Amino acid sequence: MDVFSDPTNIDVYVTGFLWILKLTVAGTAGAVVLGVLLAAMRVSPVPVLRGFGTAWVNTFRNTPLTLIIFFCYFGLFSTLGLTLSDDIDRNNYWLGVIGLSVYTAAFVCEAIRSGINTVPAGQAEAARAIGMSFFQTLTIVVLPQAGRAVIAPLGSIFIALAKNSTIVGTIGLAESSNAMKELINANGDQVIPIFLVFAGTFAAVLIPTGYAFGWLANRMAVKR
Amino acid sequence: MSTDAVLYDHPGPRAKVRNAILTVVFGIAMLALLYWIYLKFDEKGQWAAALWKPFTEASTWRDYLLPGLWGTVSAAAVAMVLSLVFGLVFSVGRLSDHRWLSVPSGVVVEFFRAVPLLLLIFFIFYGIPFLTESPMPPFWAVVAGLTLYNGSVLAEAFRAGIRSVPRGQSEAGFAIGMRKSLVMREILVPQAARAMLPVIVSQLVVLVKDTALGYIIAYPELLQSVNILAANFGNIVAAAIVAAIIYIAVNATLTAVAGWLERRTRRQGKAPKAKAGPAPVGTVATGDALGA
Repeated sequence: MDVFSDPTNIDVYVTGFLWILKLTVAGTAGAVVLGVLLAAMRVSPVPVLRGFGTAWVNTFRNTPLTLIIFFCYFGLFSTLGLTLSDDIDRNNYWLGVIGLSVYTAAFVCEAIRSGINTVPAGQAEAARAIGMSFFQTLTIVVLPQAGRAVIAPLGSIFIALAKNSTIVGTIGLAESSNAMKELINANGDQVIPIFLVFAGTFAAVLIPTGYAFGWLANRMAVKR
Repeated sequence: MSTDAVLYDHPGPRAKVRNAILTVVFGIAMLALLYWIYLKFDEKGQWAAALWKPFTEASTWRDYLLPGLWGTVSAAAVAMVLSLVFGLVFSVGRLSDHRWLSVPSGVVVEFFRAVPLLLLIFFIFYGIPFLTESPMPPFWAVVAGLTLYNGSVLAEAFRAGIRSVPRGQSEAGFAIGMRKSLVMREILVPQAARAMLPVIVSQLVVLVKDTALGYIIAYPELLQSVNILAANFGNIVAAAIVAAIIYIAVNATLTAVAGWLERRTRRQGKAPKAKAGPAPVGTVATGDALGA
């Protein structure tokens, strides 16, 4: 484990995972906001909005994230001149956040929509029958039940987002996978320990997170 | 009215008027958004015919796009076959009664599901050559990474599938004197496989998307050939849009096939009934189907 006794190498490792953390947090925030909006559009009674939501989901769910990030950099930034920061790393970071949010929002939208669909229609009919308004039906009856059903899928989506944030390395951000590549190329004799440390960090954080979401989903499950 | 059965009542006269007004308002807003994108593209001269013309010529397709698509499809197909084998072996291993077999299988599956695919591919492509002293072909780096990740995802799907086969099936097998391995081979796996067919096909979508990671290690797949094409014609925006359309066409077809298989399986009543619960397998999109 000589590689990790060198402070510069530790610095590479820490910087790599700090980018992953920042990308995951900002990406999650963006994806949730966009995803909730898209889900609201997809279940709305206005055909134009439903069409927009469906088009968004089908477009971004079927496009590789690598291509989306590629487009954010070469299309939005290089060609169309969208500059988000003067610092090159900051700029790539925000371009990455846009790509991750736009892509993940499609999955968040679908999870929320299927969550709403798990609520039996009778629940809302009963709510309307006792005179609740649309807003009351939504906030008191439908969303509390739907929210519990989407815990598990949303958990998997956020975990996938954390893993997917490595792809922002494509456009030159020194996140964990690029950091690992750099260390491997500089220390060819210690390839396996380097991989185990980087992969182990992801596994050590994401596996317990996955179980925690599973436990929470089970605990909160609506008994029907 | 498709998905709004829960939230909205059938519209009465007032709701109809309100919906019509909202349709017009949001319709105009959408058109304005599209026009704004059009203007932004126009500002940078992205609608110039010269940028889009290459895609109408046969040579572009022959020299760039079709070989790229072939690279994507072949890597995805080989990885699919290998991940099916991997998934089957490790799901059965994890369900084994012997702890020395089930625990390591579980560790392998959990580990490869938690590690980002790009990290795995980088290790195989840049790291393994240091150990073997021979260069790693990009094709096999992509295929090996995809197999380990998607195989683990499929292993979990198979395990859920095998466990969803009613207990009476295996009990009947044991009652007529079958051994554990025979019950697994002849009774459980065939029934689980049929129920899992839609999941397997939707996993193909993930594989096709994930092959795009090959671009990063210079494997000649669709994104890589689009990159070279764009360098030659200077039309990166147009090329990326065409690439996205190709990916969407391929994946939408696969999704449609998965949906058709699912309906067919359900109609023929061959699928084991999903366990009661808030989210039976396949009803709520799982994040594992995300890929990259």
